[in-house]
Amino acid sequence: MTSNAQTLRTAAERGLIDQYASAKGALPGGDAVAGIRAEAFKGFEARGLPNRRVEEWRYTDLRREIREALPLAEAADPQQARRALASVKDFGEAAGYRVVFVNGLFCADLSELDGLEGVTIASLGAALAEGRPDGLGDLAAKVADPAIGLNTAFMRDGALIRVADGATVDKAIELLHIATGPAAASYMRHVVHVGEGARVRFLDAYEGYESNGYQTNVAVELYAADGADIGWVKLQEEAHDALHISSFLTQLGEKVTFNQFTFTSGARMSRGQAFVTCAGENSTVGLRGTTLINGDQHADITLVVDHAVPNCDSREYFKAVIDDRAKGVFQGRINVHPHAQKTDGQMMTQSLLLSDEAEMAYKPELEIFADDVQCAHGATSGQIDEDLLFYLRARGIPEAEARTMLVLAFLAEAIEEIGEDDVVANLEERARAWLAR
Amino acid sequence: MLEIKNLHARIAEDGTEILRGVNLTVNAGEVHAIMGPNGSGKSTLSYILAGKEDYEVTEGEVLFNGENMLEMGPDERAAAGMFLAFQYPIEIPGVATMTFLKTALNAQRKARGEGELATPDFMRLVREKAAQMNITPDMLKRPLNVGFSGGEKKRSEILQMALLEPTLCVLDETDSGLDIDALKVVAEGVNALRSPERAMVVITHYQRLLDHIVPDVVHVLSRGRIVKTGGKELALELEKNGYADYIEAAA
Repeated sequence: MTSNAQTLRTAAERGLIDQYASAKGALPGGDAVAGIRAEAFKGFEARGLPNRRVEEWRYTDLRREIREALPLAEAADPQQARRALASVKDFGEAAGYRVVFVNGLFCADLSELDGLEGVTIASLGAALAEGRPDGLGDLAAKVADPAIGLNTAFMRDGALIRVADGATVDKAIELLHIATGPAAASYMRHVVHVGEGARVRFLDAYEGYESNGYQTNVAVELYAADGADIGWVKLQEEAHDALHISSFLTQLGEKVTFNQFTFTSGARMSRGQAFVTCAGENSTVGLRGTTLINGDQHADITLVVDHAVPNCDSREYFKAVIDDRAKGVFQGRINVHPHAQKTDGQMMTQSLLLSDEAEMAYKPELEIFADDVQCAHGATSGQIDEDLLFYLRARGIPEAEARTMLVLAFLAEAIEEIGEDDVVANLEERARAWLAR
Repeated sequence: MLEIKNLHARIAEDGTEILRGVNLTVNAGEVHAIMGPNGSGKSTLSYILAGKEDYEVTEGEVLFNGENMLEMGPDERAAAGMFLAFQYPIEIPGVATMTFLKTALNAQRKARGEGELATPDFMRLVREKAAQMNITPDMLKRPLNVGFSGGEKKRSEILQMALLEPTLCVLDETDSGLDIDALKVVAEGVNALRSPERAMVVITHYQRLLDHIVPDVVHVLSRGRIVKTGGKELALELEKNGYADYIEAAA
């Protein structure tokens, strides 16, 4: 059987195996890091690229999508990096501090961190050279996922962020990711520690610059200490032929407020997966987002919320607007452990299909082992409501404008839950631009 | 202003015939009431005037200021001066009432070749009209009609009418779901809009609305036809005797 499986490897899988063999000696980190890389890669070798036979990936077949192993991303020419940075819109005024990554590498000279207090931000690549940073790989090791395995094996740089206990960070910290130069694959890992009672907002932007089919594989490991209040808004506007895979892993202490929002409109194929573990009582989790796709785009949102302790609330609220032949995927899993009583988990997803060929796949999974919990899920999928359209037109609003208004209104219900005016305005403007494309 | 000639219409989906030869002429400055039993075609008539696509006109014509209204889209009719106050105003989550009003007003102005109204002028105008309809600034910030009571929804319809200043107002059962106090506010709002340049068609089941909005002409619609036309005293007669005579007459 084993030898048989070997012969079925795709060209891309064979390429990744060769690439790992030749690159591993040069990847940063001492023996401890080399050990977790090797362990992770062994997992990848055993399973191969995720494909439709793997339940968690049944709608997003990377084995078919990835035809060859792209070379590992290298540092960009500094002038080209500046040009790329100047051309993207990112979160603009909503970002108070900015950490810039070009081709997956931390660029200190392009970053703007003046005046940032209570937070230390360093290059993960540099930290790896010194040893294994606290928390690196602990959350990633708990999930047997081939995309995360590849990230651990090849991770080269990223940010190592520590927010001090009790710090209230005055302005949002943006992590801005751009790719430029020849088509390549970048593997980034961010490790974030948020101290007790700290309040911080992150803006995590991936912006397209180069249309050459580049690949982004990013993983975040975020540890939230008791009482932390964390906002995380991700913007995925990669180039339209790019592949984007992101894995967000987080473990929350007691009384944590964690709100994440994901705005997805880029990449030919994307997967945004989040694994959230409530490890302390009385925490509140919000996972929300909007997906706007057209053409032949494929966008997958996969969420796993683990209620490991009692008395936590989780809310999932996703909206998708899908046009042309594009396909959206939403997989939401809520696990409630046997003693996690008084869990309140709610999941809702709604999609607007703007064309006959647009498609949305939805897979809710509730696995509940406690008996005193409230969990619910709901999904709707439909077209623009003709009665609403008629009402707007009867007031003199032309049809095209009325349709735009209704789609924006549909998305705004989710976007406005972010509650930060400048971020909401930025994303609504992007939604408007997408509709006017 | 409005001329309906031998109008026949059916439901597009299943072909059910609803209007079977309606004739009606409404001149500027006049208020016409259309009364009739359930299922007589009153609401269908109002939807056809507003341009809803669920109905198919099989015969006859509708002229609005001499132009063929049936060839115009709902938004073009609105810009030309047609307004339907809905029997069931629609809730639109995610669209603030104020944004909606501004978009509608400016779209109509643009269609008529007039400039858009500057925001401060618009705000002043809305606040003034809203106060007349007992609509609070808080309601204007809320999504359109979402969480509004039945009375608030109807007041919101009349506010839209006051703001858009149509020349032809069709009110579809504006009294339904209103208590007597709300009815008075709505009727006052409507009466304030009566003018020699404006025509109104008031569709209602009951005489009670016509105590407050006094019509010049009353029509009885039954089985898709106007079977009787008279003065305002016709409404009182209907209140006393019911529609039974006319249902038989139409049959």
